[in-house]
Amino acid sequence: MNIVACVKQVPDTEAQIKVKPDGSGIDEGGIKWVMNPYDEFGVEEALRLKEKNGGEVTIVSVGPARAMETIRTALAMGADKGIHICDPGFDGADAYTTATALAAAIKGISFDIIFCGQRAIDDDSGQVGAVLAELLGIPQITLVTKLEKNGETVKGLKPIEGAQLLIESPLPCMITAQKGLNEPRFANLPGIMKAKKKPVDVKDAAALGVTPAVKAKVVRFTAPPARAAGKILCADGTPEGKAAELAKLLREEAKVI
Amino acid sequence: MAKGVWIVAEQRDGAFRKISFELASTARRLADQLGEEVCAVLCGAGVEGIAAELGKYGVEKVFVADNPALEPYTTDAHAAAVAKVVKENDPSILLIGASTQGKDLSARLVGKLATGLATDCTDVKIADGRLLAVRPMYAGKCFGEVTIASFPQMATLRPNVFPAVESPKAGTVVKFDAGLDPGQLKTKIVEVQKDTSGKVDLTEANIIVSGGRGMKGPEGYAILEELAAVLGATVGASRAAVDAGWRPQSDQVGQTGKVVSPNLYIACGISGAIQHLAGMSSSKFIVAINKDPEAPIFAKADYGIVDDLFKVVPEFTKECKKLLA
Repeated sequence: MNIVACVKQVPDTEAQIKVKPDGSGIDEGGIKWVMNPYDEFGVEEALRLKEKNGGEVTIVSVGPARAMETIRTALAMGADKGIHICDPGFDGADAYTTATALAAAIKGISFDIIFCGQRAIDDDSGQVGAVLAELLGIPQITLVTKLEKNGETVKGLKPIEGAQLLIESPLPCMITAQKGLNEPRFANLPGIMKAKKKPVDVKDAAALGVTPAVKAKVVRFTAPPARAAGKILCADGTPEGKAAELAKLLREEAKVI
Repeated sequence: MAKGVWIVAEQRDGAFRKISFELASTARRLADQLGEEVCAVLCGAGVEGIAAELGKYGVEKVFVADNPALEPYTTDAHAAAVAKVVKENDPSILLIGASTQGKDLSARLVGKLATGLATDCTDVKIADGRLLAVRPMYAGKCFGEVTIASFPQMATLRPNVFPAVESPKAGTVVKFDAGLDPGQLKTKIVEVQKDTSGKVDLTEANIIVSGGRGMKGPEGYAILEELAAVLGATVGASRAAVDAGWRPQSDQVGQTGKVVSPNLYIACGISGAIQHLAGMSSSKFIVAINKDPEAPIFAKADYGIVDDLFKVVPEFTKECKKLLA
């Protein structure tokens, strides 16, 4: 099987995010960069499919120079090769631009299945996988928590409000990985050593024949809206007293019960 | 020239989901500022009859595609139908719900319509005649104001944040042919495993009672289930409780769980890590019950009780029973 897994390098979830004073972006100083956690599920599923079916896993990523490290991590987990799409024109790219770049790179290789994370935890946008699938003309199953391959089709389990759907798709298709799909393996030392020698093609926009053209743009970054200060209920100091005061406030002041 | 504020209404089993009315009301507000019309797209089988209900919430025209291939929802069928009617009519703005279905559909439409989309917005407004969408980023650690340079300017709205306001308009039904090519409908639903617990989904709950590490184990949740039963609430959990195996993944609220926006969120034994806040900071009212006075959750709570939740919660349940009797 020829499997593609798209990865993005993002700030670690513990990172303190500080907005620049002029609101033009976030301050990247001191940030620890990691592979987007949802992409890890995609890479892991790709590796499991390779282990079961034979074949090759190609990692593709759009990102600045530092993103190479994330591609190497995926190679260290067991992927075979990478494509690093690196061009200042793709900095701050929106989903359509990123997906266009990925599609241009992936079009040139033969693939049976593509994995993307269900969203990146920096922009929390969750669009690239679907846009990529549309540009490549392949079907999608998003938010997959369990995947099964049967010959030339796959079945993905997908939670929706109040139910779980089992969706079947022919190959090739695009799957976005949701938490619960698998437990990603850690890259071990032999894997890390081998990864250094695995081939990674670096391509810029010109090499892909893509002109970055951002349509959705964040024009201002701001701190989150402040909530009005709340109150600690002391009542008569007893659990009963506090519980009674809470019930009264929720009924009379907040009017939510 | 692109004109009109459009929505994609969401229905399931022949009834509109609440988000559809939130979308319509928001579109009406934007359209009134622009002096334009609100239209809705409704896809399904046998749904023509419910279409006019959108008129109550400010929709002038409802474009209806009625076709067995549109029921139940599949990406291929709905994206094809919506893209067709949107391309034929060139609206300026297209709003969709940030529900599971809406997120799947809207992202595919970005590819079909070659446009931009602001997802999971908590506010949308008009600035200089264009859409300005406000959305959380980095798990809500910062917010972004987004503009879209192309048409339609797309945004998905976080459920239960925007009000559903009645503003009666015609709601005239205009039928359209979805133009579906069966060969292009690749995916199919082979099984639907309905959640039979009767619980309201967390993302749609009005009241959530949630427990974290402070519940000390799965048995601790019994008192939360009791409180939830009295309030008609759904029980949620923090990541700590889910990772410990006390509650299922589907109960998790937070950055790697569900994003919820209930009227009331009662956090019991939850410290309030930023990743948890990411999932519930849209809640209208937040209550925190935790014996640690330093717990970060108290900074976000409207009402806080620093005490033993195993004493407070049962008492609170008693008080609620009295109030709601």
